Amino acid sequence: MADAPQIPDDAETRARWGAFAWTAENAEKAKAIVARYPAGRQRSAVMPLLDLAQRQVGAETQTQGWLPVPVIEYVAAQLDMPFIRAYEVATFYTMYNLVPVGRYHVQVCGTTPCLLRGSDDVMAACKNRGMTKGKTTPDGLFTLTEVECMGTCTNAPMVQINDDNYEDLDYDSMTRILEELAAGKQPKTGTQNPQRHTSEPEGGPTTLVAMVDANHDYRKEW
Amino acid sequence: MALQDKDRIFTNLYGFQPWNLKSAQARGDWDNTKDLMKRGQDAIIEEIKASGLRGRGGAGFPTGLKWSFMPKEPRADRPSFLVINADESEPGSCKDREIIRHDPHKLIEGALIAGFAMRARAAYIYIRGEFIREAETLFAAVQEAYDAGLLGKNAAKSGYDFDVFVHRGAGAYICGEETAMIESLEGKKGQPRLKPPFPAGAGLYGCPTTVNNVESIAVVPTILRRGAPWFASFGRENNKGTKLFQISGHVNKPCVVEEEMSIPFRDLIDKHCGGIRGGWDNLLAVIPGGSSVPLVPAAEIMDCPMDFDGLKAVGSGLGTAAAIVMDKSTDVVQAISRISYFYKHESCGQCTPCREGTGWMWRVMERLRTGDADISEIDTLYDVTKQVEGHTICALGDAAAWPIQGLIKHFRPELERRIRENGGALEAAE
Repeated sequence: MADAPQIPDDAETRARWGAFAWTAENAEKAKAIVARYPAGRQRSAVMPLLDLAQRQVGAETQTQGWLPVPVIEYVAAQLDMPFIRAYEVATFYTMYNLVPVGRYHVQVCGTTPCLLRGSDDVMAACKNRGMTKGKTTPDGLFTLTEVECMGTCTNAPMVQINDDNYEDLDYDSMTRILEELAAGKQPKTGTQNPQRHTSEPEGGPTTLVAMVDANHDYRKEW
Repeated sequence: MALQDKDRIFTNLYGFQPWNLKSAQARGDWDNTKDLMKRGQDAIIEEIKASGLRGRGGAGFPTGLKWSFMPKEPRADRPSFLVINADESEPGSCKDREIIRHDPHKLIEGALIAGFAMRARAAYIYIRGEFIREAETLFAAVQEAYDAGLLGKNAAKSGYDFDVFVHRGAGAYICGEETAMIESLEGKKGQPRLKPPFPAGAGLYGCPTTVNNVESIAVVPTILRRGAPWFASFGRENNKGTKLFQISGHVNKPCVVEEEMSIPFRDLIDKHCGGIRGGWDNLLAVIPGGSSVPLVPAAEIMDCPMDFDGLKAVGSGLGTAAAIVMDKSTDVVQAISRISYFYKHESCGQCTPCREGTGWMWRVMERLRTGDADISEIDTLYDVTKQVEGHTICALGDAAAWPIQGLIKHFRPELERRIRENGGALEAAE
């Protein structure tokens, strides 16, 4: 497992995160999450709670967030499950960061549909800004990861940065997005192609044209 | 002949209009759902069977038949569950995302009706973790439905109690496999279970469970409103209905579009995608159903009907109807090698042939890409794909093997050319 993350030093993370507990707001959210599953099946909530914990860590550190071991222990205790069961979930799913990440986690999709549409150019734009795959920039601003298919293939190539997608990219638009983020601005999310709204063909839909301007009810034509 | 807008199910596919309940109702969703349910559970299942609807997640199993496997009289201590598979992760596929973010009420209404028909107590919608904004929409849409009395106790005033919960994944392709999804819902690693027992016997929490794709569920209300013969009037025998096609790669205008089943590939591309980049003569090959099906060379795919049987006849499959188009500028070996890397990355590690095989196959593919191999290794690689295929608990092993088999079958001369041009490895071996 050469590409496995190096789990940070235990003593240090314990000193920093040993006292982790939900904020009042997240405690409410956690309660609502556990209530989605049948009584006695609270373990089902481990994934959403790990996500919530990662977000809380992110809010405290001004990053996308990560899961220090003491935080995973806290979540496991909340759900009355052994630590190792929560830890193996945290290591199995790719969206849990086991090491600290930067302010913006730049996840470039490199799977075949994006590859065919030029994901190499998107990656080049990231590298040109000083990013290295799997690393965080020294200023703590960006972490670059190449990820597998994100399910927006008709808007390829794409990148997900924290919670938002940026689609139909090329070298220039990616460079611009990174510049705007670095300047503390929020770039336009979704497609970067001015000729598209979402996943319709560029230049306007070939079907359902009546829906563009009005909430058309087709039942009258049935 | 061509599918008309009035016969399209997902009218807000592109999100030009709001997704919210009020707008969805104006488009015809949640219109007297109670009456649809009043027809009775068995009548609904029969109607879906008669419509010819086959599962839209890839395998194409008849949806109505699947529902009929669920117990007719669930025990109070062993309720039935509907799990809706929104873990759309197959490279090329991006249809469920459009349904969820632009037409979520079709899915939620479908969940109620399907759950009622199979006598389920609740539905869990398992949405992939990377669909963050989409999940926000879905949570909000479900809340709207609760607030309007369409879910929960006496859902839609039908007298039936039904809950819909949303569960977010966290980045694992394998959770799209139904038993892995159930494991993941139970709060474990998403590693597929051995079958039998099948989920309809023992699934989520050991209770009877049916796992259906988002599209399969979301089309149900419209089929019931318009009748099975309407749905069955599209497509060829055994391949009925309308379908969301997703065309990515080297077409002039990639898009998601709802068309009738069995539409010829050429029509699909010319009508909606502005043709192949550089013209039809520039088409090299197409992966017609998402990354796990074998690629089809240009000559065979051009006039092939896009349905289950049509694509099976050319040695591939419809899968999720996600066509990845490659023109002649493509490094086809790299394209398939990248898919091999995907499967290496996504193997759950449970079965040895897949855990070890996906990495091994990728490494050989990378050498074939540069020609740093021996000609005999092509056969060795083919042999190994045959040893992985069919020897694993779930179909991920097969899915990793098939693209490589397709490449060797159709592009063997290209592989040999690279090895000959590289030259070095062959001489070193002698």
